[in-house]
Amino acid sequence: MPLVVDQSPSAATGIRLSAVEKWYGSAQQPVHALSATDLDIAAGELVVLLGPSGCGKTTLLRMLGGLIRPTHGDIAIGSRTLWSADQRDGTSMAELGLVFQEPNLFPWLTVAQNIALPLELRGVPAAERIRRAAELAALVGIQGFEQRWPRELSGGMRQRAAIARSLAHDPRILLMDEPFGALDAMTRDAMNLELQRIWMATGKTIVLVTHSITEAVFLADRIVLLSPRPGRIDWICPVEFARPRAIELQSEGAFQALASALRKRLQAMA
Amino acid sequence: MTQQGLTQRGTAQKSVQQEDMTKEGITGEALRSAPLRQRRTAGALLPWVTTPALVLVLVLAWHAYVERSGISAFILPPPAAVWDAWTGLIIATQTWRHTAATVYETLAGFFWASLIGVGLGVMIGRIRWLERVINPFVIATQVVPKVALVPLLIVWFGFGMPSKIVIAAIFAFFPILTNTVLGVKSLDPGHRDVMISLNASRLWVFRRLELPSAMPYILSGMEVGIVLGLIGAVVGEYLGGNTGLGYLLVARMNAYETDMLFAVIVHMTMVGFVFYFGIGAVRQLLIPWHESVASDHKTRS
Ligand SMILES: Nc1ncnc2c1ncn2[C@@H]1O[C@H](COP(=O)(O)OP(=O)(O)O)[C@@H](O)[C@H]1O
Ligand SMILES: [Mg+2]
Repeated sequence: MPLVVDQSPSAATGIRLSAVEKWYGSAQQPVHALSATDLDIAAGELVVLLGPSGCGKTTLLRMLGGLIRPTHGDIAIGSRTLWSADQRDGTSMAELGLVFQEPNLFPWLTVAQNIALPLELRGVPAAERIRRAAELAALVGIQGFEQRWPRELSGGMRQRAAIARSLAHDPRILLMDEPFGALDAMTRDAMNLELQRIWMATGKTIVLVTHSITEAVFLADRIVLLSPRPGRIDWICPVEFARPRAIELQSEGAFQALASALRKRLQAMA
Repeated sequence: MTQQGLTQRGTAQKSVQQEDMTKEGITGEALRSAPLRQRRTAGALLPWVTTPALVLVLVLAWHAYVERSGISAFILPPPAAVWDAWTGLIIATQTWRHTAATVYETLAGFFWASLIGVGLGVMIGRIRWLERVINPFVIATQVVPKVALVPLLIVWFGFGMPSKIVIAAIFAFFPILTNTVLGVKSLDPGHRDVMISLNASRLWVFRRLELPSAMPYILSGMEVGIVLGLIGAVVGEYLGGNTGLGYLLVARMNAYETDMLFAVIVHMTMVGFVFYFGIGAVRQLLIPWHESVASDHKTRS
């Protein structure tokens, strides 16, 4: 597996959640989205959050990403606290790259400009941005499309561009909320392979949300199974298949055994 | 990143990529887009044929009707008479003086309408309480028949250009305002999340997100606004003063020169087209990324 970004895996950063809890809604009609949750994610680990819809996966990821504030508890990115009062810690935010279910590319920027947006906001000179955008486009496999408008790309290619953008400022942590949920099964397999490759090449810490058992088992170092009403950790399950994993792994006995064990637990929740 | 590294990675990746290129239909898209583009070009060329043809049919029908019915030239002059009147009109320097006046009034009114409409629209779109406070008045200005204000404005601002500019501005204002409010409000929450996650400053959020996202809406408002502004200026000229295309029109009517009346209408239509296409050109310049400008639409997969 060739290394693509000049960065050693030791540059990754861990995440620690201490009694993180989230309530939505008003005082009259509170919604308990996530009950007090502790979780340690090691530097360079690929953790998958798996659970039925409404179990608080997005809530948890958005709190990690600094988009919403936990009602109680602390989130540490490396050695820094992400939220103090209602202030985000800028240094911690710079360690995070977010990928959403929608690509959320800006239609008024070319693919290259979208990819380089995090660099532009940081005042990186244009020449350097162009160089870096080309490098990232190649990394995610959309080289040659840099000068197109996002609307000229297929769904899968747009999501690749979104991943490239999340990597642009070289964050140590990648947070992905059902990034391939809107793609067809075949494209999804291809994207899972690509993600594994990117992860192995860059050594980032990745937290990925999915409701696909196959995707979870295929990608994860560890699966964190969440159950709903209110959201809480149901089971933490290490996945120990050797890497790089090939798609064929999905039809092997051990893979299917783990998948069906997860399916049973998920069905028990319903 | 060395050159060698890039090449190496390129080859290592090729198999995976080729595989999912077909899966994703990138190659399929490339194949499909050739005939699709041809069809689009054919579609784009169609009006260049049909428009003159339909105009010709209309003129011939008009000519035939005038011949057959023996209708008075005061009511409906034959196309040939209108043509003569029009060619006479456009070579007269007077006409261009009047045209310049109307164009100036329209542009000046449009300028103020844009300035106030976009400025106020941005504020209303962002500040919820301001919207509640101002909305009744905004609706009132829309509901009041604007032509009814014209005599009053002439009383206030006189028979010269200022009254026409104010009238043009009032006519152009509303679509610009409402479209700006809509544009500011229709910010994609997903795009906002991107900016938050990148810890973007307010200035960057404005430059890279809020402004470009509202731009298509603002330009749509301007497209409608400039044509309404022209109408406003002309209506103002009907009622007061002795310059402008509106004045020219009323003067021809009073002189019972129906063929000239037609010629002035044709001339005004031309001016309207110039404005409309002018905004279209601005659109092409400012929002080349937008679907409304694109020559090759691609459906979202
Ligand atoms: N902004 C919000 N306001 C109120 N309730 C919310 C909000 N976002 C999510 N919820 C609720 O919190 C729970 C968890 O939602 P979410 O984190 O989106 O789950 P998941 O991503 O696992 O489907 C759900 O019951 C949902 O209805
Ligand atoms: Mg979700």
